[in-house]
Amino acid sequence: MQTLAYYLSFPFVRYALVVGVLISLCASLFGVTLVLKRYSFIGDGLSHVAFGAIAIATVLKLSNNTLLVMPITILAAVVLLKSGQNAKLKGDSAIAIFSVSAMSIGYVLMNVFSASSNVAGDVCCTLFGSTSILTLKKEDVWISAVFSVLVVAVFVIFYNRIFTVTFDETFAKASGIKTNAYNFLIAIVIAVIIVLGMNLVGSLLISALVVFPALAAMRLVNNFKGVIIASAVIAVVSALAGMIASIYLSTPTGASIVICNLISYLIACLVGKIKH
Amino acid sequence: MAYITCKDLSLGYDGQVISEKINFDVKKGDYLCIVGENGAGKSTLMKTLLHLIEPISGSIEYGDDISLTQIGYLPQQTQIQKDFPASVKEIVLSGTISAGTFKPFYSSSDKEKALKNMERMDILDLKNKSYRSLSGGQQQRVLLARALCATEKMLILDEPVTGLDPKVTAEFYRLIKQLNKEGLTVIMVSHDLQAAINYATHILHVGKIQQFFGPTEDYLESCAFRKFSGFGGEE
Repeated sequence: MQTLAYYLSFPFVRYALVVGVLISLCASLFGVTLVLKRYSFIGDGLSHVAFGAIAIATVLKLSNNTLLVMPITILAAVVLLKSGQNAKLKGDSAIAIFSVSAMSIGYVLMNVFSASSNVAGDVCCTLFGSTSILTLKKEDVWISAVFSVLVVAVFVIFYNRIFTVTFDETFAKASGIKTNAYNFLIAIVIAVIIVLGMNLVGSLLISALVVFPALAAMRLVNNFKGVIIASAVIAVVSALAGMIASIYLSTPTGASIVICNLISYLIACLVGKIKH
Repeated sequence: MAYITCKDLSLGYDGQVISEKINFDVKKGDYLCIVGENGAGKSTLMKTLLHLIEPISGSIEYGDDISLTQIGYLPQQTQIQKDFPASVKEIVLSGTISAGTFKPFYSSSDKEKALKNMERMDILDLKNKSYRSLSGGQQQRVLLARALCATEKMLILDEPVTGLDPKVTAEFYRLIKQLNKEGLTVIMVSHDLQAAINYATHILHVGKIQQFFGPTEDYLESCAFRKFSGFGGEE
């Protein structure tokens, strides 16, 4: 308890906890749609693209990575979604090409141009997130907070339409809903969430924040609103538990959060089995 | 004036014509069945009517007292829906969303409409049940209630009885006929020729070139019917 109190006496630790919770919340809300629409692969592909973008930002020695990484990732989201609808290059193979290209270009760039004495450490940090939430920068915290609030607002305002487009795109389109516009909206929001989450859990693990709470919630609840709420609760609890555990056990923050998500998922599977 | 008038329509994807010379009209109160062999363009025609895809040539005109957004559509079930966590109420309510003014939340009249149509489809007691736990016939009734929330004039159904057992299929056909008698115009794509003849007032037989359009009685006398039923379309 003392350790926790000691950590919490630092304002940036408190900020980090808030941001961790907010990002997890955003990821879990849109995660439900992503999983149901069979779009989870987009999240995975985008995180790799974001890695490449971060490498470029590092090489260019930008003061703030997010300002470059965000537009690149959003652009990639739009391209991936378009190619997913294109019959010539199927979505999953497009993702594979995107992912490995972005990762290898990024890694080469970081090795060749980086002035840092610890390239391996930088790469590891980008892949698996900050080793400790203490290394989060204050401006990142603010950017995350603002975007998180925006993402939640978008979700609430478009909730009914997101449901309709997720459940039955053809019907939605026939009713005059601009389904393509909503697909792009979803892809762009996912890109934003992934970029925000990179600081927290790194590019390799960010998909976990998107997928795990949604899958766990679907084991427990049978209606859409319930799944959304359960997913949000599971995400927030897992994120808090993970961050607090990482303080106590001095484990890497990102991986700890993901492990807590995994545990939540396993518990949900068990409870779901017993219920039926 | 007719609800829908199609003139010299050619359909297909990416410029490839699947079906052409399609001419027909649908009037208020009609029950039109679209029949034809697999790949003859039945579903493509339906999607073209709904403007989900554009026709290659020809014209589709909508009458004065109906617009595209006043059509209730019952699409074929998708893989995604089979294990979708949504309650019956949530799905039926989603039928009330329409183009035009953007309202983020459902109004109380939307909710009333949903309740009314659930009652009409006899699924009110399933209101809070999960869609994925329902039987195939119940699922179709849910989707039908949703379509009825979107329209009071015209229903378009795409092979609605696929995968249903014979008893449920017969019930479903009776339900559609009942709605038709209540004044709803129905367009149904079907590969069940016998049911089409039994229930529809008009038949449109599509193929590479349109084979027949007219009242069901006349279809029975046509050579298109004799050829088609001889191929095993009928038991």
